[in-house]
This record gives sequence, structure tokens and C-alpha cells, in this order.
Amino acid sequence: MSEKKNWMPRWFYQLASPRWSYNIMGKLLPGFAICAALLLIGGTIWALMFAPEDYQQGNSFRIIYIHVPSAILAQSCYMLMAVAGAIGLIWKMKVADMVAKSCAPIGASIAVLALATGAIWGKPTWGSWWVWDARLTSMLILLFLYLGVIALHSAIENEATAAQSSAVLSLVGLVNIPIIKYSVEWWNTLHQPATFTLTERPAMPAEMWVPLLVMVIGFYCMFAVSLMMRTRNEILYRERRASWVRELLEKQ
Amino acid sequence: MNQMVTNEQSKQVNDSVLGLFWAVLKRDLMLAYRRKSDLFNPLIFFLMVATLFPLGVSPEPEFLAEVAPGVVWVAALLATLLSMDSLFRSDFEDGTLEQTLLSPQPLFIIVLAKVLAHWMMSGLPLTILAPLLGVMLFLPSEGMGGLMLSLLLGTPTLSLIGAIGAALTVGLRKGGVLISLLVLPLYIPVLIFGTSAVQAAVTGLPLAGFFALLGAMLALGVVMAPLAIGAALRISVSG
Repeated sequence: MSEKKNWMPRWFYQLASPRWSYNIMGKLLPGFAICAALLLIGGTIWALMFAPEDYQQGNSFRIIYIHVPSAILAQSCYMLMAVAGAIGLIWKMKVADMVAKSCAPIGASIAVLALATGAIWGKPTWGSWWVWDARLTSMLILLFLYLGVIALHSAIENEATAAQSSAVLSLVGLVNIPIIKYSVEWWNTLHQPATFTLTERPAMPAEMWVPLLVMVIGFYCMFAVSLMMRTRNEILYRERRASWVRELLEKQ
Repeated sequence: MNQMVTNEQSKQVNDSVLGLFWAVLKRDLMLAYRRKSDLFNPLIFFLMVATLFPLGVSPEPEFLAEVAPGVVWVAALLATLLSMDSLFRSDFEDGTLEQTLLSPQPLFIIVLAKVLAHWMMSGLPLTILAPLLGVMLFLPSEGMGGLMLSLLLGTPTLSLIGAIGAALTVGLRKGGVLISLLVLPLYIPVLIFGTSAVQAAVTGLPLAGFFALLGAMLALGVVMAPLAIGAALRISVSG
């Protein structure tokens, strides 16, 4: 056993323990909650009151500060769900299964938010609520995939089987993520290309994209907060027969 | 001498893999042949769905010619979906599936053979029947070749993706609706490119790009889907 090299960091194996994960998430929660509140409130005020108007779209472009973060987050959330599902399949970690399960409803609601804000933005800009272009359709497929994962999870009664089955489904659905990402480049669509890329500077002036970046980070923090809260609930529910959960409940 | 022995062994392995593929294919085809109603039901459904559009939307030839590629593709997609649920169900119920999973043979090959047999019983007849629907819906004759070729390349992908859903839901009593929820989102890209190929054929645009994309999806499906189907079957049967 000693010859076998452990190439994963120690905290990765510690995450396998529901109790340890519950405690570490409890410690991380307040920090993320404060960050999320500050960034979201500050970003919203900055975006709505101080960012300059768009010379073509006027004030209606300001919905970008909700639309872009939610669209980015909906895809990241799906990838997190698939990766957590894969970890659950490979290392048989219960906590990874719980994270994957908690991701699905959050991701679905964020995908709905992205689609709804997109529709509201599309009405004044394109003149219609919905256009069947590649980006919108692939985003709709993402929402359907989330709904499929939720439906499959709730249809199987055995928790372990449900987690494994939904992990396989979310891994299969992963093919949609590059399609969403590159849909604006592969097809000639109405939807504009990506606002942020890692390699190039945004096409917008700094006064416009800095608040957007603040909002994106704020959305990620908010996602982390709600994911940790859901996962902690899930841990408590699934480990309700464990002695440490009982002690925890008796203390309150 | 040693070299020869290893060669002999690898040939034997190769033979047994191919033999396994043929055996599973033959068994599934024979089972399907003996239950002929299962064979014809999706085809009848395919015809009926296509009949609904002229009656329900408009019988105008110009209108029908315009929507024909989409209608035929959607009908084929739904007919495939309808037949998907039975792919592993009877094997699961009589315990054959459990024995298959316990056997030392590679699951990848078995699953691939089962899906191929299923496609030969659903996708292939649908493809052959499609020109009839094309005529019923006034599809211009230039589009027929595109329609058949796109279905020939697209329906195997539909069978492969659908088998993933069938494998995930095989252990559940009410798998029917669930399987469409799981599989339909993944069918959409195939539908888009299949329909675009037929429309391009009707208008005389170059087709090679659409067929290349459909072929690429099929290639990806043949390589990846059996792995997912196998994993899903193991989960469903052990759970």
C-alpha cells in the first residue's frame, strides 16, 4: 500500500467524509455570503446608476448585468454537476453525489433566469421575445437537460442508484456545453459573441465591463452560498442516522 | 514459436469478439422477427403522425412541401423514441440482462450489437418508408435522396442516444415518459442537421457539410454511447 503514490491532495479525500464537509462548508459560508452580498449590492448600484448608457441601446442594455452572469453561471453549474457526478462515479464519494444533486435545481433556476432576461432584452433590441437562433436554442436544451436530470433523480427511489444514473446522464449532456459556447461563432446568429474572453480585452469600455465583472463574481459567490446551504441540508438529511448529526440536533 | 502462440491467441480473441457481436445481433433480430407487432407498430405510428399534419395544419401542397423535411424527421424521431423503451425491457424482466452483465464478454460489443439490431428493426425500415411520406407531403423529388441519406446517417445516432435513456430507465416501472424527457434534448442537434440537410437538398445547396456533421455525430455516438449505455445498465440492474 505504501508503494502506491497518492497523487490527489489530502483535502480531496477529506471531502469524502460528510461530517468534515459539513463543517468546512459551515466555516466557508459566512465569508462567501458577505462577499456575495457586497458584490451584488455594490455591482447593481454601480451598474444601474453609474455605468454609462449604451449609444445604440440606451438604458435597455443594463439588463446585461443580470443576463450575462446568469448565462455564464448556468453553464458552469452544469459542468460542476457533471464533474461532481463523475467524482461520485469514480471514487464513490457520497458528498460528491450530494453536490451534484444540489446543483441541478439551482442550475435550472439560473438557466430560466438567463432565458427570461434574454427574452426581456430581446424585445426592445431585436423586436421579439424569442428567436430560434443557435445560442438561444442550445441554452434551452441546457434547461431541458437540467429538468431531465431532476426528473431522473426523483424517479429512482434508491439514493445511490439515483445519484449514479443522473451522473451518467449529466456526463452525456456535457456535449451540449461546447455547442452553447461556440454557437455564436459556428453559426451566423442574431446573438452577439461572448462578452468576456480570457485572452482578449472586452470590446466595451472599462466603465461598462468592470461592474459586469463584479456582478459575475458576485453571482458565483451567491451560487457558492446556495450550493453549500443545499448540500449541508442534503448531508444532514442523508446522514440523519449518524451519531454526529443526532448530537448536532440535540445541541440546538 | 512463442510469437506464433501469441498471434494465435490474439486471433482467437478477435474471432470471439466478432462471434459475440454476430451472436447477439442474430439473437436480437430473431426475437424481433418473432414478435412482429413490435416491429410494425413504430412504422404505423410513423405513417400516422405524418398524416396528422395535412389534416391538422393545412392540406395545401405548397405549405406541405415546405414543412415536409421537418415533419418526416420529427415523425421518425418520435417513432424511434417510441420503440426505445422495449430495447432492454424484456431482457431485464426475464433476467437475461443480468446474465449478460455477469458474463466475461465485453459489454461494449454486446451493447453495440443490440443497438444495431434495434436500428435494423426501427431506423432502417423508417428510412426505407420515408420516400412514401415524402410523396404524401409533396416533398420535391430533388429532396428524396437527401431525405433518405440524412435519415440513414441520423437514425443510428438516434438509436444510440435513445439506448442511453432506455438503459437508465430500464429498472423503473414508469420509464415511458421519463425516457422521452431524458432523450429528447439530446435528439435536437440530430434533428436540426437532418432537417437542414433535406432543406438544402430541396433548394439545391451543397449537402456535404450536413452529411459530414451527421456522420461525425454518428462516429462520436458509436465510440462513446456504448460506454454510457454499459455504465447505465450496470447501475440500473445493480440498483
